[in-house]
Amino acid sequence: MNMPPAASDLNLCLCHSCSMTCDMTDNPHECERCGAPLHRRKTNSLARTWAFMFTALAFYVPANLLPVMNTKMLGNGADSTIMSGVLEFWAAGAWDIALIIFIASIAVPGIKFVALTFLLMSVHRSSLWASKERSQLYRFVEVIGYWSMLDVIVVALVAALVKFNALADIEPRAGILFFGLVVVFTMLAAMSFDPRLIWDEKRENPQNEEVMDEVASH
Amino acid sequence: MKSQATEGPQAPGQAPVKTGRSVSLVWIVPIVAVLVGLSLVVHSIMQEGPTITVTFKTGDGLTANKTEVKYRSVVIGQVSDVELASDQKSVNATIKLTKQAEGFTRSDSQFWVVRPRIGAGGVSGIDTLLSGDYIGADIGQANGRSKNFKGLEIPPAITYGEPGKRFTLHTADLGSLDVGSPVYYRKIPVGQVVAYALDPDGKGVNIDLFVHAPNDQYVTENTRFWNASGVDVSIDANGVDVKTESLSSVLVGGIAFRAPEYNPDDKPAPEEYAYELFEDQQSALAPPNGKAQFLALRFDQAMRGLKVDAPVEFLGIEIGKVVSVNLDFDEKKRSFPVSVGIVIYPQRLGQAHTKMIKSLNHDPNDEAAGVRMIGTFIDNGLRAQARTGNLLTGQLYIALDFYPKAEKVVFDATARPVMIPTVPGSLEQLQEKLESMVDKVNKLPIERIAGNLDSNLVEVHKGLIKFNSKTLPGVDTALSEVSKTLLSADTTLRSANATLSDGSPSREKLGQTLTELERTSRALRELADYLIRHPESLLRGRPENPAAKDYK
Repeated sequence: MNMPPAASDLNLCLCHSCSMTCDMTDNPHECERCGAPLHRRKTNSLARTWAFMFTALAFYVPANLLPVMNTKMLGNGADSTIMSGVLEFWAAGAWDIALIIFIASIAVPGIKFVALTFLLMSVHRSSLWASKERSQLYRFVEVIGYWSMLDVIVVALVAALVKFNALADIEPRAGILFFGLVVVFTMLAAMSFDPRLIWDEKRENPQNEEVMDEVASH
Repeated sequence: MKSQATEGPQAPGQAPVKTGRSVSLVWIVPIVAVLVGLSLVVHSIMQEGPTITVTFKTGDGLTANKTEVKYRSVVIGQVSDVELASDQKSVNATIKLTKQAEGFTRSDSQFWVVRPRIGAGGVSGIDTLLSGDYIGADIGQANGRSKNFKGLEIPPAITYGEPGKRFTLHTADLGSLDVGSPVYYRKIPVGQVVAYALDPDGKGVNIDLFVHAPNDQYVTENTRFWNASGVDVSIDANGVDVKTESLSSVLVGGIAFRAPEYNPDDKPAPEEYAYELFEDQQSALAPPNGKAQFLALRFDQAMRGLKVDAPVEFLGIEIGKVVSVNLDFDEKKRSFPVSVGIVIYPQRLGQAHTKMIKSLNHDPNDEAAGVRMIGTFIDNGLRAQARTGNLLTGQLYIALDFYPKAEKVVFDATARPVMIPTVPGSLEQLQEKLESMVDKVNKLPIERIAGNLDSNLVEVHKGLIKFNSKTLPGVDTALSEVSKTLLSADTTLRSANATLSDGSPSREKLGQTLTELERTSRALRELADYLIRHPESLLRGRPENPAAKDYK
């Protein structure tokens, strides 16, 4: 393999906090400069990613089934879920808004789940296939992560702004809390994943990652 | 293997290496999430109430997952689905009730769609104008449970559990009453009509009404109900009469009730007590009419102003009314008499009636005896007469009265209805007299008189013309002559006056003339004296005195 040497090959480690390259020959526990704990890889990366992803998945169900907000127009209240909102916009002819809500609220978390699962599975299988593309996928997942919060922000804004007593009143419902949790946990999952693991498979030393994972998990 | 940097303060070179895979604490997070999800599911299952289906005629205003079911303005459920029934004749609304609304599955619970309704009796459901329609519910009382209900098209007027009583009224027709029409007691609305239905035989209407507590205690067994609908404008022999209960009853009709003033041994009526609904207050509160007796009258004059329902009076007491006024044809006389049917209620005579029955040993149910009694009355001079009750409106009423001097008539006891002979009305008599007078006047040779008078007048006219053209101008000229004469007389007098005035020459001359005349008369006297003394001088003259000769 024409791979550039990895940090571990040179017995170096990058500080997570101040990005200082530390020499690991003395097995220092802390960064000499800023004092942050030194890790070769993110601690317990795979287990945390799995756990956070499963949590997000568990919350994804009530987030989509429970109403996210209650719109009261002239005394007539109606709960709306995310999907019913999308359908309502679609039926009203505002297909562009419906599409935005659908992508931001339903498609993006779904894509994240699929992408993370794929990344985790490939890491577990020590696959060497399309490493570069996979790391691109990871960056993509990280970037789109925040955009799912769009819904939460919209509900928060609207609920705060639309308070006209009897005329119109919008209140958040439990669904939006779960939706927010889904977004938070998918982001946590994405953050816990260490993309370097993708490249670790290239080391011709499959045990390396396993061992490091085990070490990190204590 | 390289030992890794960890957070624990461990001595270098002593990195503990775990060989077994321990479960990370991070897995608590998804477990908690699943538990939260499960608790939500359990909660929603626990909170789930019964699901019922209500059938409505239309799905107007019903929206799945939006239309609420309310009882006393509290949401007790939501429509989860609206679909057409399999026979396409109705709409099935599936309703998810809340846990607390379990009682609404009682088989006699009622459901209806609350829509804004603007009726003459008031406006209801105005809130639904803004909020949209909702389904109203009323909890039943039956023990049986049901899953399928038939929705009411009209909201029930009275919901279960409302204190009060229901009563049933029987009437010939519904009139302008409707469900929701108010029921008044002393002009205070105390209840309303809740239902009406035709009799099974179709010959009457049963009206159900509800009187709210505590006013239901005023409905007693002796209470009379009457129709207080609309404006009761009656123009009859008594004049114009306008009666109304309230403005609302003018529009939607209404029922009023009251017990007669003298009302001993009365007690509040039980639930579902049946009454008769009278036409108006007067008939409702009047003493019972008793047995009706139909009579026929025949008038030979026009009966303009006699209307059906006109009163029939007996010696000034109203005992019945006119039921028919028809034109008849008399084959013998070749005339058109008016046949008038009347109905009288002898019981309305009250005391007179009871005493009469007692003294004559009359059985009110023996029809033949009753007819015989009328026969004796007719022999005694009972006659019917159409009288003018109101000169302004010209309304007639029928008066039964005794005319002992009336011509005797033969009473036919077998004729039905019984025929009462008539006498011409007072106005008719007056009219007849007037007519004969007019006839006499008609017979006068007015034409001739007028012709003569006319020619006389022409003569007079001519004479006057002649007088005008001939006599008058003569008189005129004569008068002007007179005027001229008078004028000249005036000048004459004036000149005479001037002549006679002092110092005027005429006067002077007159004076001289008079002096002259005096002298002359003196001379004459001397002559006479001379002559007397010398009468010979007449023959010889004056001898020596020539002067004496001059004075001759």
